[in-house]
Amino acid sequence: MKKNNLVIMAVVLLVAAFASAAFLYTSQQNKSQENHAKDNADALIKPHSFRMGNPAAKVTIVEFMDPACETCKHFHPFVKELMRKNAGKINLVIRYAPFHKGSDYMVKMLEAARKQHKFRQVLDLMFETQSVWASHHNPRPEAFWDILEHKSYDIARIKKDMQNPALQKIIDQDLADGARLGATKTPTFFVNGKPMPSFGYDQLRELVNDEIAANY
Amino acid sequence: MNHKTQAIDTNWLLIFSCWLIATISTLGSLFFSEVMELVPCILCWYQRIFMFPLVIILLVALFPLDKNVVRYALPITAIGLLFTVYHCLLFFGFIPENLQPCSQGVSCADDSMVLFGFLPIPLLSLVSYMIMITLLLKTRK
Repeated sequence: MKKNNLVIMAVVLLVAAFASAAFLYTSQQNKSQENHAKDNADALIKPHSFRMGNPAAKVTIVEFMDPACETCKHFHPFVKELMRKNAGKINLVIRYAPFHKGSDYMVKMLEAARKQHKFRQVLDLMFETQSVWASHHNPRPEAFWDILEHKSYDIARIKKDMQNPALQKIIDQDLADGARLGATKTPTFFVNGKPMPSFGYDQLRELVNDEIAANY
Repeated sequence: MNHKTQAIDTNWLLIFSCWLIATISTLGSLFFSEVMELVPCILCWYQRIFMFPLVIILLVALFPLDKNVVRYALPITAIGLLFTVYHCLLFFGFIPENLQPCSQGVSCADDSMVLFGFLPIPLLSLVSYMIMITLLLKTRK
């Protein structure tokens, strides 16, 4: 055999072996993740979880998210757009996965704002101004107070409501449920209890469209 | 003349085999990190740093055969081997836990390093590096 043929053959074989092993591994992994989510379906939604959209919708997206996570920030308008395009067919359940330093503080602020029916506005504002308060080397969740003040929120009430020990319980519960469901990264989405086969905008859109097609 | 260019000599085969080991190891480590999503620990990273370039320099040396590649590949492989030996000593507990340089972040010595329940990744790396060094040393000037 010629030398260059030998090398080309080796490259082709190795790449083919890599690709098929990767394919087998991921499909097996996806199946086991799907079953795992099915077995732990009771961990998906808790009564305390914030919901957006039509509560009677037949497609439910559960999102484990962190206000300090950049990818969550990028997915936020995308999910809203999906909900707008399929008005009334989707509802979104927000679960917390505050993995970043200082994120639990932000979650408490958000939950306190929820008491004033300002959850969505404050969440949008957190994502918008994320670069100001959520630098990974120097997270300053306190900097968000200035932003809130600037937008004339009732800060004194948020500060008071944040002290409620029930909020820590919500965070702990969400973290525990996230761990059970294998939501180790943010954002993690489940659409009608099904995890995404791989991560990305298209995969989420496809999963949502499949569920809409199956339920409407 | 024609016969001479067609024939594959021992040195070429040795370097080719070495390249094959380096490529399999590289693809394997990429499989662990990119497909299985195991985060490489710091010692794994150093072993990868000295493994990945071998795929390129050994391949270049095959066409046409350049035996001088041993001079360049051997030091790289030797340093990689040092990291691997250190990692194995750590993994099998010959170096105590509190001396390990990677207690923060991803542990270099926990169970995520073991494939199929019995095959530790550092051991695979050790075998690769030892085979490669042997092959390179066997290449005659």
